[in-house]
Amino acid sequence: MRDSLILRTTTRVIMPLLLLFSFFELLRGHNEPGGGFVGGLLAAGGLCLYMLAHGVDDARRVLRVDPRVLIGVGLLLALAAGLVPVFQGAPFLTGVWAENKVPGIGKVSTVLLFDVGVYLVVAGTTLLMVLSLAARDEEEDDPC
Amino acid sequence: MTDPLILIILVPFAATIVAPAVARRLGAHTGWVLALAPAIVFAYVSRLLPIEPGTAHTVAVPWVGSLGIEFAFLADGLSVTFLLLISGIGALVMIYASSYLGRDPRLGRFYVFLLAFMGAMLGLVLADNLITLFVFWELTSVCSYLLIGFDHEKAEARAAALKALLVTGLGGLLLLAGFLLMGIAGEQLGLSAIAAGKISGLAAVDLREHAYYHAIFILVLLGCITKSAQVPFHFWLPAAMAGPTPVSAYLHSATMVKAGIYLLARLSPHLGGTPEWGWTVGLIGLVTMLTGSLATLGQRDMKRVLAYSTLAVLGTLVMLLGVGTEMAVKTAVVYLVAHAMYKAALFMVAGNVDHETGTRELHRLGGLRKLMPWTALAGILAALSKAGAPPMFGFIGKEMLYTTKLTVENVGAWAVVASVVANVALVASALMVSVWPFLGKRGDTPKKPHEAPLAMVLGAVLLSLMGLGRGLMPQPFETNLGSAAASAILGRPVEMHLALWHGVDPTALAVLGLSLLTLTLGGGLYFLIRRRVAPVGPLLRRLFSVGPTQLYDLTLQGIYSGADRVTRFIQSGRLRFYVMVTMLVTVIVAGPPLVRAFMGGPAAANGGWRIHEIIVAALALTAALAATALRSRLATLALVGVVGTCMGLLFVFFSAPDLALTQVMIEVLSVVILVMVLHRLPLVIKRSGRLSRGRDAVVAAAVGITMTLFVLTVARVDRDPTVSDFYLEQSVPAAHGRNVVNVILVDFRAMDTLGEITVLGAAGLGVLALLRLRRKERS
Amino acid sequence: MLIFMAILIGVLYSTGVYLMLRRNVVKLIFGLFLLGHAANLLIFTVGGLVRARPPLAAVGADAPPPDVADPLPQALVLTAIVIGFALTSFFAVLAKRVFLATGTDDTDALKSTES
Repeated sequence: MRDSLILRTTTRVIMPLLLLFSFFELLRGHNEPGGGFVGGLLAAGGLCLYMLAHGVDDARRVLRVDPRVLIGVGLLLALAAGLVPVFQGAPFLTGVWAENKVPGIGKVSTVLLFDVGVYLVVAGTTLLMVLSLAARDEEEDDPC
Repeated sequence: MTDPLILIILVPFAATIVAPAVARRLGAHTGWVLALAPAIVFAYVSRLLPIEPGTAHTVAVPWVGSLGIEFAFLADGLSVTFLLLISGIGALVMIYASSYLGRDPRLGRFYVFLLAFMGAMLGLVLADNLITLFVFWELTSVCSYLLIGFDHEKAEARAAALKALLVTGLGGLLLLAGFLLMGIAGEQLGLSAIAAGKISGLAAVDLREHAYYHAIFILVLLGCITKSAQVPFHFWLPAAMAGPTPVSAYLHSATMVKAGIYLLARLSPHLGGTPEWGWTVGLIGLVTMLTGSLATLGQRDMKRVLAYSTLAVLGTLVMLLGVGTEMAVKTAVVYLVAHAMYKAALFMVAGNVDHETGTRELHRLGGLRKLMPWTALAGILAALSKAGAPPMFGFIGKEMLYTTKLTVENVGAWAVVASVVANVALVASALMVSVWPFLGKRGDTPKKPHEAPLAMVLGAVLLSLMGLGRGLMPQPFETNLGSAAASAILGRPVEMHLALWHGVDPTALAVLGLSLLTLTLGGGLYFLIRRRVAPVGPLLRRLFSVGPTQLYDLTLQGIYSGADRVTRFIQSGRLRFYVMVTMLVTVIVAGPPLVRAFMGGPAAANGGWRIHEIIVAALALTAALAATALRSRLATLALVGVVGTCMGLLFVFFSAPDLALTQVMIEVLSVVILVMVLHRLPLVIKRSGRLSRGRDAVVAAAVGITMTLFVLTVARVDRDPTVSDFYLEQSVPAAHGRNVVNVILVDFRAMDTLGEITVLGAAGLGVLALLRLRRKERS
Repeated sequence: MLIFMAILIGVLYSTGVYLMLRRNVVKLIFGLFLLGHAANLLIFTVGGLVRARPPLAAVGADAPPPDVADPLPQALVLTAIVIGFALTSFFAVLAKRVFLATGTDDTDALKSTES
């Protein structure tokens, strides 16, 4: 399967598109169908596709970071989103919204930060499972 | 919180913290330092003397206010008597123990247990709230378990500790039930408050006239008699001799077994005075007294002789509390104090003999008087008190006992005879532990004996001298404490008058005659035993070899093997079995009510149908059914994927775009992961026969039908829309989001989501760990 | 439609349970997946089936129009789907590890705690 030229070429194009789409889903999730869960899964799906075409090592290289880091950062972001209101005297995880809109993203809020955390954890977990499973498979396929 | 009454309970517990460090530094001298804790308590409590009869000092700290549970404490004559015994004898035992255990590396642990036990006992006798009392009660059981089983590498000690724990623990549970009934009957959990109606708005409740009286009485009584080792629960006490001697000295004199006595005494004003109380408690005590006193004659191990004689005394005390007259109660107080002092002394003496000669077997002992003069002095004085010989404190106690028996109505001559028999046996056993080892010619001992160190002699000598002193001068005791203690048990103020010589009225002379008769007969009996004229020992041993111990062993065996069988049966280790049981239980429990509910109500609105919905549902249904039949793994995987995708479509049809997106993405990723997992897993082989497949199909179908009925029944119920409506209304104004589902996830219920992604991350790391494990194995 | 959904849920439960009662680890995994689907669909269905009215507010509106689908079961099911995916994946990997360690995929053979 890895030797399919068509697959390899198309995934090069499709993968970034899928990633982009996943960001889009993440950002619009508060108002339209989408959100961190769907976005994270889409991102993981895109990378999975890439992995299927180019192999685990290439996929890891494209990802740049260990999926475990994604999980950790995601959890920290979600936690931080919860702690911001605490410093303002509100209960843990209360939504805090910035006054001004950021172009392209809309209103920035701790809720969005939280959703980014969800996105990273979901993507990280899925990728961690898929990549480590695939790595093992390749390892066992090696004749040596 | 600053009330010293509470602080004195905390003192021993606080001392547990430093005990290990002290024990490491000081070794065999640890006791001198740690005895400060009980000494402080003793000193403080002594300052409360004299206690005015009928008065009490109370203090309460809220604990679980909503349930009426508070740390309520009460110090009256009865509590103070026990406080002094616990702390006074406690201090002497502390000093004794480190010398006895010497360089034992577990000394620190020992003192932690002992101090905790002491604290629990102090709390127990001070508690004025039923729950507080129960907590301390159980704490003493646990601590005594640790103390008796201190030599835990010995199987005998472990078994003895477990025995004590199981018997007293069983009693504790019954006691809790009794306490709760008392709380319900008295409408509050404060002990003194029930009788006094102290909390405003509540009337004073006389528990004796309440409908629950008999239940309360039986449950509480069982709690007390298990703790105090009354027949038929007496067997744990002699077994507890497996503990180190300082533990025996403490447990048998001032604590543990006395806790049951204390509680009976404490509850006498609340529950006592009825014919049921009198006969039941009295008879149990009588039987225990006779059992213990006769069994003691059959023993030849010093500690066991003492253990059985403890049973006899405990029985006597219970019997007296059962009789419950003013004379009986006063006798009980005197007897209790006298026994605590001489029994602690005698155990220390037995410990010294064991420690210095290497044996406790009477046959091998004799003539230690010259080699161990102080121990011998203490042993003989204490034994005189135990035998009830003048002028010891024990003599006063025995005189009062006979007076009680002779003056109480309804008690026939047989009770007097029983008391005399028991006391004759006690005299003989007193001689056995004093005359036998210390007088006569030298025995053949494993070690060459010499006098024990000061720490080990001090307590025994002090306690036995106090027995003499109190006998000669009983007045300070009666004015300071005795009257108040008796008053607390009786529930009304009384005066106590103690004397060695009662003048020449007929009763007093009869009593004196009985006393002299007892001493003479006891001496004669000892002579018979010593000269082996009569085979008393073997005979008695055979008589007491069958009894509740066997029942206990059988029960324990039965529980073990029963649990083994049950576990073997329900924990088969077969996953299929567990699934099957779970499913069957679900169907059997939930099925019939569901069928009834479904049949009984109107059908839920079906909501019409569209052709594309039916097609998708049918497709999912077919794929699921086919997935059960196929043997090809990839084909099955594809079918499961079809089911998932159909679910995504159904989510689309029924207004859940977020779910649809998620479901489809999950489906894709699941397939990827499953392909990689299934890779290299073996092909599916048919393992079950036609019969078991049929059986499984029936169970599975039953589960499916149950769930279908469940859906149809639940759909009929009108859901409470409050929460959902709140989310719908507040989503835009409060959370600035138009996608309500996502707003719920990341804002309204963000806490749940935070938990969820944590689980998610853990699952991912779990997978990684599982795979890494394999790699490590190979390398 | 409710009745069809109820039947579908029943069949998913049945097939899931049936597969879990097989002795093959592979079938067990598939059974878990089907059982997960069944549970998700159950919560979704008893939450009420509403056609073409997702719980979304229009741009500029203060609230979604009345009679939209209940968002609460949807939120519950969404998390359940993702969690279920993570856990079934974990289980699948565990099952494979067990197979590689013990050399058997017969669940009846996996009885003792020592290998």
